[in-house]
Amino acid sequence: MSGKKMHVEAHRDDEGAKLGMWLFIFTELLLFGGLFLVYSVFRAKYPTNFHEGSLELSVTIGAINTVALLFSSMTIAMALSAIQKNNPKLSMLLIAVTLLMACVFLFNKYIEWGVKFEHGLYPGSGLMSRLDHGDLLFFSLYFFMTGLHALHIIVGIVLLAICFFKIKNGSLHSQKYVHLENGALYWHLVDLIWIFLFPLLYLIA
Amino acid sequence: MANNVSHITEYKVLGKVFLVLLFLTFLTITVTSFELAAFSVTVALLIAGVKGFMILTYFMHLKYESLLLRILVALIFVLYALVVLITFIDYAYR
Repeated sequence: MSGKKMHVEAHRDDEGAKLGMWLFIFTELLLFGGLFLVYSVFRAKYPTNFHEGSLELSVTIGAINTVALLFSSMTIAMALSAIQKNNPKLSMLLIAVTLLMACVFLFNKYIEWGVKFEHGLYPGSGLMSRLDHGDLLFFSLYFFMTGLHALHIIVGIVLLAICFFKIKNGSLHSQKYVHLENGALYWHLVDLIWIFLFPLLYLIA
Repeated sequence: MANNVSHITEYKVLGKVFLVLLFLTFLTITVTSFELAAFSVTVALLIAGVKGFMILTYFMHLKYESLLLRILVALIFVLYALVVLITFIDYAYR
């Protein structure tokens, strides 16, 4: 404070920002972890209902969505490498590819849920209320877990779109990229959760 | 590692990780299609665990993060495993 030339610098703590993001990710892991636990307990209690329930789900759509998310996870990791290497154009392109994959995922989810809705299978429908207790639990958990996950996809799209425009207007660059770093971490979390959702809901029959 | 110098992961490494993840996805779908009951559950969860580990290590850069953060992440999974264990013990002895 005694210097004649006072150099004013905006407060910045990238390490702190990243640690904060990780702490948030921990809470997200425990949130979905709780749901996985509920799923496991009821799966152990109603094995046949859960078996028949998962046969109703399309493995093909689930597999396409898995590949879309894995690919988008790679492209967003590459987008971070690109901005670190001072290549904003490539970084923006890779974020755009990631967002495209996210939209492919949501479109598939729309098709998948749409078919279920057409058959009258949605939370609160007459058909749902007449189901066996085990079937009701399976489909309620299916809608809740994939729904909460899809909500995370939408949030991820918003976060990454903000990063895209930040690169465009120059406020996110090779010397200051913690927003993209945290946005990418969030996106990988969404992918990580799907990696467990896919086999548990679609495959293990 | 210095404060503002962070490790840059090469595109090639990320591409390779993606290919391994793709292969593991294919493997899960193949193995579970045989319907070997408890065996497929174990295998599917093991493969998912390996995939999760790779995403955390390479995509989420944990390999190049501080030891403290890596320990914290590991502890979260230990905590979750304990919660699962205790819940199932509770259900088994009711």
